Amino acid sequence: MEELLNILKNIRSDVDFEKEESLIDGNVLDSFDIVTIVNGMEETFGIEIKASDIIPENFNTVKAMTELVEKYRNA
Amino acid sequence: MHNNVLNYLNEIVKVKPDKLAYSDGTNRLTFRETYDAARAIGTYLAKEGIRKKPVVIYMNKSPMEIAAFFGSVYAGCYYVPIDEEMPAERIRLILDNVNSPVIICDEENKGRAEELRKDGQQILLYNEIIKTEHDSELLKSIADTTIDTDPVYIVFTSGSTGVPKGVVACHRSVIDYIEQLSEVLGFNENTVFGNQSPLYFDACLKEVYPTLKFGATDYLIPKKLFSFPVKLMEFLNEYKINTICWVASALSIVSAFKTFREVVPEYLHTIAFGSEVFPIKQFNTWRATLPNAVFFNLYGPTECTGMSCYYRVDREFTDTDVIPIGRPFDNTEILLLDDDGKIAGAGEDGEICIRGTAVTLGYYNDKERTDAVFVQNPLNPFYPELIYKTGDIGKYNDRGELVYVSRKDYQVKHMGHRIELGEIEANVNTFPNVKLSACIYDRENSNIILYYVGDIPEAELEGELKNKVPRYMLPRKAIKLDEMPFTGNGKLDRVTLKKMYFGEI
Repeated sequence: MEELLNILKNIRSDVDFEKEESLIDGNVLDSFDIVTIVNGMEETFGIEIKASDIIPENFNTVKAMTELVEKYRNA
Repeated sequence: MHNNVLNYLNEIVKVKPDKLAYSDGTNRLTFRETYDAARAIGTYLAKEGIRKKPVVIYMNKSPMEIAAFFGSVYAGCYYVPIDEEMPAERIRLILDNVNSPVIICDEENKGRAEELRKDGQQILLYNEIIKTEHDSELLKSIADTTIDTDPVYIVFTSGSTGVPKGVVACHRSVIDYIEQLSEVLGFNENTVFGNQSPLYFDACLKEVYPTLKFGATDYLIPKKLFSFPVKLMEFLNEYKINTICWVASALSIVSAFKTFREVVPEYLHTIAFGSEVFPIKQFNTWRATLPNAVFFNLYGPTECTGMSCYYRVDREFTDTDVIPIGRPFDNTEILLLDDDGKIAGAGEDGEICIRGTAVTLGYYNDKERTDAVFVQNPLNPFYPELIYKTGDIGKYNDRGELVYVSRKDYQVKHMGHRIELGEIEANVNTFPNVKLSACIYDRENSNIILYYVGDIPEAELEGELKNKVPRYMLPRKAIKLDEMPFTGNGKLDRVTLKKMYFGEI
């Protein structure tokens, strides 16, 4: 998921997203980051993410975020 | 008449000792427990001979941190809260400025406190000192010699030179503010607060002290929940929270994510927002969702204790409207002054200057910067009278309501945080391989953008800056330039930088 990684790198160039396993629980991302990431996902992939999907489990790793995007793209 | 903020606590503990006062969902303190912990801490400090001194509190946001605040005040001292996430360099600047004999910390921050402490500075562990036996006579003798112009706290705000400024506020200012705010917002014993502000900002006064005044309850909402709006709303419902005073960006996150389609706050009836402009679209979503709630726009600088003006929403607003900041609280006056120190003409822009008991004592240990903005009222040449110049430009609208227009300088409000762009630049300029730097603020997208000239890659600079400034001050992007644009008279040309950023040139 190259595009998603690009969004993330743009938002927080200081984070090694591929390695991080607890972006939320480890306090790596803050609320402003989450807002920007969700907006980035929605714009780039033309999806609208439900508030009920904006939960820590879906943002802790790049893998989780990829699955979230895939879920909407396949819907 | 109250002359000490702790009178609120001394009284409420007799009336509602077992009611929950402060909770973060995990840790809970009743009024009795808050009182007991604070009196123990006060006794400990007093027995150590620490009096009329700043007491640094380095703890995670929790009910215990609030008890430590009150403990310092019982000892006749004033508290200086430190943000647990603040970078070491900034904490050092603060410790240098206040030169406190002690740091009170919890287990979580003990290691860092020990690393950062100054020579001779004692580290006290909260869980140890709350075991101290109360010495009521000693505490009474301290209260008897405390007057209402003695300080309660110092909180730090961004400074354009790179050194933060410590605003020091006294009992009288805090009491005046709490009384006026409580009356306007209609707090009472049934109020259940959902606090958003960190405890190292004056913004938390809105909940911390009215909770004591009325025997209300204050829930400190875990910061993480502000990233996850459904969970945040569920927290409000779980604890039947009915009153919130949040920065507009926290409210906007909830509405922008269409959270209300899934969960609606069931108990909320009073919503105050402030510290920054609330986008009307988001504001209207909140209003449509909670048509029976009352909404307040609040405005005020840290230098005047908290909030100075309020507007109770009484009409509809469309996307192009501006929500006014309304009128000052009773016992506060706004002077809208022009460049000559005269009252600005009707409908004209002027600098918002504030007069009243809520004007704080100034910046701690910093006469120069205090004197620059806490100045003699230019309308009164007859006796000493200080007003505070906010640096905010305002005007009156057709309805006679005060409206915020802009800043005089390079201060911005970013996600509710007050930031001097100059502070970021000053820190970047300390890097040996940076020649020049300038920040701009992209208000539309709430992004701080840093431009610089120097021999350091962008990612490396971003990484190093993290050790210098708090997270909320970090630029969204650092952009390296070969040359910095300058205006005709040799000043950094931020207008051109903005145009470059928005792709206009």
